[in-house]
Amino acid sequence: MSISQRPGLTVTALDRLLGFAMAATVIAVGLGFCWILGAIVAQGLGQISLAFLLAEPSNAGREGGIAPMLVSTLLILGVCLAIALPLGLGTALLLAEFTITDQRLGRLVRRSLDFLAGVPSIVFGLFGNAFFSQVLGLGFSILSGGLTLACMVLPLLIRTTEEGLRAVPPSYRQGAAALGLSQTTTLFKIILPAAVPGLIAGLVLGMGRALAETAALIFTSGYVDRFPRSLMDSGRALSIHIFDLSMNIPGGDARAAASALVLLTLLLLLNLLAGALAQRWANSS
Amino acid sequence: MTTMMSAATTCTQPLLEAKHLQLSYGQQVAFHDVSLPIASGEIMAIVGPSGCGKSSFLSCLNRMSDLVPHCHVQGEIHFNGTNILSPRTDTLLLRRRIGMIFQKPNPFPLSVWENLALPLREHGLVKSQTSRRAFRQAIHQAIEAVLRDVGLWEEVKNRLHSSALALSGGQQQRLCIARALILQPEVLLLDEPCSALDPLASAVVEELMLRLRPRYTQVVITHNLAQAKRIADRIAVFWVQQHKGQLIEVGSTQQIFNAPTHELTAAYVSGGKG
Repeated sequence: MSISQRPGLTVTALDRLLGFAMAATVIAVGLGFCWILGAIVAQGLGQISLAFLLAEPSNAGREGGIAPMLVSTLLILGVCLAIALPLGLGTALLLAEFTITDQRLGRLVRRSLDFLAGVPSIVFGLFGNAFFSQVLGLGFSILSGGLTLACMVLPLLIRTTEEGLRAVPPSYRQGAAALGLSQTTTLFKIILPAAVPGLIAGLVLGMGRALAETAALIFTSGYVDRFPRSLMDSGRALSIHIFDLSMNIPGGDARAAASALVLLTLLLLLNLLAGALAQRWANSS
Repeated sequence: MTTMMSAATTCTQPLLEAKHLQLSYGQQVAFHDVSLPIASGEIMAIVGPSGCGKSSFLSCLNRMSDLVPHCHVQGEIHFNGTNILSPRTDTLLLRRRIGMIFQKPNPFPLSVWENLALPLREHGLVKSQTSRRAFRQAIHQAIEAVLRDVGLWEEVKNRLHSSALALSGGQQQRLCIARALILQPEVLLLDEPCSALDPLASAVVEELMLRLRPRYTQVVITHNLAQAKRIADRIAVFWVQQHKGQLIEVGSTQQIFNAPTHELTAAYVSGGKG
């Protein structure tokens, strides 16, 4: 059989079809995103002003602004990250660097995390309400909301961070060991800076999930739309505010879209900030 | 120092000596009963077919084998008279004194400067100076000296602060050798240091190894018999027998190539086997 007799045309047609299918998928995904963004911007942009960002809500949110929700959201996120980041990094390091000799422990932890990552957020909300709000007596508060969110984002954070650490070539560890560098130096000067892209991916995904969360917060950080006085005070997150405006308040749709736009912008800014900070750290060490 | 090279083969007290060494991964024995003295200042080449335990043997000499799970080493390795397989051995200090170069160059994803300054600072080899500036100056001197030593200074002196990963393969390997040398080791273990390099870069590294003799004792694994012939003072031949690696013959380069005593060695160096 000579080469020219091979069904070359069919292969090319299949290639073309595949290429077309991939392009179509990309366009569909892009369009979907643009549609959502377009709808939010079209409805919400007109509502946004400095006053909207700085004022307290009135008339159940139909008027006034979202300042207390912004503060509550950032406080909840702060509590969440303050707990989840060190725990997440620690566990990821354990999984990626120290369970090589004890594979059973690693498998057990990983299975549990994958299971946890699949648990619906409403279940986390009920758990948070039962454990943090009632057993630990934190009540409806920023603290109990943040802690619940920390539990929720931990599996995601740990697995992404672990993948980031695993992506660091083993030859770096080998080279460091052969130079007699201590584990601490190897970790902080070589492994972690090299793992920065993975760490950022974990942080960004975790923050996104935490900022967007509604169900887990309704039962834990509460619903009150005034400024929280302390971490022990209840506070309404921006996502809950959006949910409330669009589901419970007639005529709240435009304000909901405006709040959603602010939430999206906040997410974008935080992601950029995380990226910039991490990059700076990677360069300095 | 120059007489050391010729004295190497007749040296009575070896710098590094393996005695009845055996290494196994779980139930699988990689090599067994290897006894091999290595004299100060010599280049010892280890040759043999793949899977005969050469790399495993090399990794015992600076206890890198510790890092492999389920790896078990029996026997003794004497370095300057002490058994380094003893659990009391400070492996960080040991690896400073016995440096290692790998098959694939593995510079850290840092600048050329930082690749060299990091191990230097870690081991506190630069005496603390009165000022930060003087300290930095001392580090700079050490870096320049070692880069000149490996013939890399002229090539990188204007890009000390750009990433080491931007260097060519041959330059990266010489940087890795410089990184080991900056810790002032006594022994260099080289695991096929030229196998990932092109012939020109390979020749440069080979020439460097010859230049470093006899200041450093070098143990080099190579698959390239011609290279072993060019650079080694002595050659150790490993072979697989009954699924275990073994040391079948050790001798001067001349003896191994011209008058091998073991029939497998004879077949191997004549190209008949391996």
